[in-house]
Amino acid sequence: MYLTCEEEATLSGEFGTAKQKAMEILVALGDIYGADKLIAVESSQIAGVSYKTIGEAGLEYLTQLNGRVVIPTTLNPMGMDKFKWEELGISADFHAKQMDIIESYERLGINSECTCTPYYKFAPLRGSHISWSESSAVSYANSVLGARTNREGGPSALASALIGKTPNYGYHLDKNRVPTLLIKANFELKDSDYGALGYVVGKIVEANVPSLFFVSIPKNDDLKALGAGMAATGAVALYHINKIVERPVDVIEVERGDLDIYSFEEPDIVAIGCPHCSQSELMKIAKLLEGKTVKKPLWICTSREVAHASPHTVEAIENSGAKVICDTCMVVSPAFEGRKMMVNSGKAFAYGPSLCKSRTSLCTTQGCIDAACSA
Amino acid sequence: MITIIKGRKISKGVAEGKALVTKNPISFLGDIDPKTGIVVGPNHELCGCSIVGKILVFPMGKGSTVGSYVLYQLKKNGLAPAAIVNKYSEAIVAVGAIISDIPLVDCLEEDPTISIETGDNVRVNGTEGYIEVESWRKQ
Repeated sequence: MYLTCEEEATLSGEFGTAKQKAMEILVALGDIYGADKLIAVESSQIAGVSYKTIGEAGLEYLTQLNGRVVIPTTLNPMGMDKFKWEELGISADFHAKQMDIIESYERLGINSECTCTPYYKFAPLRGSHISWSESSAVSYANSVLGARTNREGGPSALASALIGKTPNYGYHLDKNRVPTLLIKANFELKDSDYGALGYVVGKIVEANVPSLFFVSIPKNDDLKALGAGMAATGAVALYHINKIVERPVDVIEVERGDLDIYSFEEPDIVAIGCPHCSQSELMKIAKLLEGKTVKKPLWICTSREVAHASPHTVEAIENSGAKVICDTCMVVSPAFEGRKMMVNSGKAFAYGPSLCKSRTSLCTTQGCIDAACSA
Repeated sequence: MITIIKGRKISKGVAEGKALVTKNPISFLGDIDPKTGIVVGPNHELCGCSIVGKILVFPMGKGSTVGSYVLYQLKKNGLAPAAIVNKYSEAIVAVGAIISDIPLVDCLEEDPTISIETGDNVRVNGTEGYIEVESWRKQ
């Protein structure tokens, strides 16, 4: 891989150990993936923030890092709501370790907004190169916003944040962004169907670039759920909607019956917001909760940014007894572990059993609200 | 007799030790206990073996990118492999080896999981990108 004089100097340690290690990471990845050079990226989004996920291993690594990021960088959800952690049943020990992790990131100059939906605050422009690591955010940025990123790991996104560059391979290149598979959904989809579809087809699509044809017209919230599902059960970083494919590719036809993963099992807890809810999703939930009172814990996960922008909607939701929580989610927080959980998200349905050791059932948003409000 | 096998340098440094070889990919998050350096993945063919100080030879890494941090923790605890040899490195192990200063070489002229046997003396040169193997059978 070609390196500029400055990049060579960074690799030799002329700008300090943190940047040297970061450059070693980028160069190794560039070699592994056949990149011709490094390219500048405009922002970085770092996965591996929750103490539940990265544990002592990640904490030990982060606390010894010294440096400053050179591009706008945000974080993925952590293991708790920064302020409502006690309400969530998080222990003081966990809280202390989690804050150590956040402080380590902040010391590097990273904005500790913890969300998988950073694009609601700042959406990368079409064609811009970024280095993001959370799989649903990567999918949304590539597919809905038309930006360009690979599915980075937490450490490689961090390396990009310290250097401001990434190796030029994968989805940064036009040739890798063309559809390699066609998926036709021959029925109307709505609400949680998109996430369910993502869950079901992800395993088949793996790391292909699908072009999906729908009968119904998906909105951005629908695409967010679809992308998250496909990224969870598969390795889909980019998909297209209604894009004609020039060359012969496999076609997968999906029928309504293929989404037979819905179930109703009386839950202990209901969790919505994987990925984090948008403003419109919060409003929809507030409407469904109007005049109702929850009888079971109902947690609505969103970014602090979106919650702050929607104070009346948050208030309306919480009038029912439901809780709007920020900075975290049901997948990376220990608060949801070992409980029977109902979700409306294909991605949460995929991760619930493994990461939360929870019996997880997938239901529609209305079904989730109904379950939370019934005794 | 020492055989030299050329490969690709991924993480620099030189180290030697006894080889521990597997044909199963390794997910450092989950398969390895960072507190003991022992393989705990119940379905892994090396389950129960210690990787501490070994030249760990396996096809590639898999699983969560947290695996990179597990390698770091192993090194910090003094329980890391002395070096790693992969058939084809992927991001998790490559990044983990780099941040932990564990020499790593991949893309060798021969499949290392066939050419190297558990118990062989192996010297890994991650700076130049080659390994030296002395079969245990000839000792």
